[in-house]
Amino acid sequence: MSIRAFRNIFRAPHYADDIFMQMDVIGVGSLFIVSLIGLFSGIVMALQMARALTQYGAQGQVGQIVAITLVRELGPVLTAVLVAGRNASGIASELGSMKVTEQIDAMRALGTDPIQKLVTPRLIATAFVLPLLTIISDFIGLAGGYFIASTMLGLTFSEYWTTAWQALEYNDLAQGLIKPFVFAIIIALVGCFYGMRTSGGTQGVGRATTRAVVSSSVWIFVLTAFITYVWNRVFVKQ
Amino acid sequence: MTPGNSTVVRFEDVSLHFGDTPALDHVSFEMHAGETFVLLGAAGSGKTMLLKVAVGLVQADSGKVSLFGQEITHLREQDLFDIRAKVGILFQEGGLFDSLTIAENVAYPLTNARSLKHAESSTNGNGARSTEDRVRESLRFVELEQTLDKFPNELSGGMRRRVGIARAVVAEPALLLYDSPTAGLDPITANTIIALILKERDLRNTATIMVTHRYLDGHLMANFRYNPNSGQTERVVRNGKDVGQVTTKFLVMNAGRLVFEGTETELQASKDPYVRKFVREGGA
Repeated sequence: MSIRAFRNIFRAPHYADDIFMQMDVIGVGSLFIVSLIGLFSGIVMALQMARALTQYGAQGQVGQIVAITLVRELGPVLTAVLVAGRNASGIASELGSMKVTEQIDAMRALGTDPIQKLVTPRLIATAFVLPLLTIISDFIGLAGGYFIASTMLGLTFSEYWTTAWQALEYNDLAQGLIKPFVFAIIIALVGCFYGMRTSGGTQGVGRATTRAVVSSSVWIFVLTAFITYVWNRVFVKQ
Repeated sequence: MTPGNSTVVRFEDVSLHFGDTPALDHVSFEMHAGETFVLLGAAGSGKTMLLKVAVGLVQADSGKVSLFGQEITHLREQDLFDIRAKVGILFQEGGLFDSLTIAENVAYPLTNARSLKHAESSTNGNGARSTEDRVRESLRFVELEQTLDKFPNELSGGMRRRVGIARAVVAEPALLLYDSPTAGLDPITANTIIALILKERDLRNTATIMVTHRYLDGHLMANFRYNPNSGQTERVVRNGKDVGQVTTKFLVMNAGRLVFEGTETELQASKDPYVRKFVREGGA
């Protein structure tokens, strides 16, 4: 299924309407919750770091630590886990319902490749919007960190944002964008996989939904560990 | 209605297993253009699977399946699309797309590029009718033209089944497969559905396979026909006079095996206790 889904990206017919609709569902639909979680993860990170750094008189470095933690790891992982919870389940239940009500068979009988019509648009849409959601989440998280840094530590706008910006290397930004891209592929394919092989009526749809969320969440954590390890070995000078 | 010579569907020793359970067990039969097959059997006897294997939605483990003279047993999904465009299917669950309106559902076979090719070629002599015209015509055929902008979940079960028929016939296929079209419907709605199936069969001389567990459905298919002049269904033999031939065969399945193949008279004369059960319970 995965190979066919990727191959269909380059094959006609292309269902542009479905891609944009999925972008709307996944991207716009997740924007509020992703922003909210981004904001509070930035706030919590700044609160925790403020206490620790104050002991060493290094509270000025809060921006740096919040930026690195959010951009490299927390932003991509938290955003992906949220999108997995919201959209891998949504994809699995939608496709699962279509499967048990014979809509997928009907689609095949009417000459449409369900992988092309249902899986590929979800794959493209998720791969496009998850990195964007991660950027938004990172930025809002940094803003949350600034709120704590300015109100509790008395840091100025330029003190916080300059250290935050200078702490980030291209390498961190690249890592922070590649991870959500990979996670997006996993979320879309896992959701579609469990949805397309649903059986056993409405109970089966419930099972498929649960499996999709659990499986995609586990994969996100496994892959972030793997990507970080490989990234550090290949791109980071020790 | 006279059957043609060309073979529409052919099963040669087809078997399919799910684990140790046989869904189809060495099934063989042949169906010609213009014929009607009524497939009877208890739940789980393999009727639906036979339909799915017939159009390549499920691949058989062994044996050969041919559709319109072309062997489809090992064809790739992409290659099956062109052949499936000549087949209309009514699924047991309706198979209507929840996210599309009734008009979009019925238009689906026409707006799909591969099916359209066949649909266009089948309108020779009718001029180029627009998709909208054909959708309206098809919905008018099932007397649901007023539901164009509704969604499937706004319709009753019987209406959804009729929309399913409208979608199955919109591209004017050469073969129609009905999977339990009357299951779960009240007798009046069930008879309306059968009348629509008769109308489609007799107006376009379409080869038809109907899966059912109700003998009465088969009895109606075998003994009634649609009269385009009166716009009503009528008995094939009326007042001792034959008003038109209907070629209907009955197949009976039990645990994946085809245990009977023949006419209604032969079915009624069968001594097989499993086969007799259908005739007795049908009460026709």
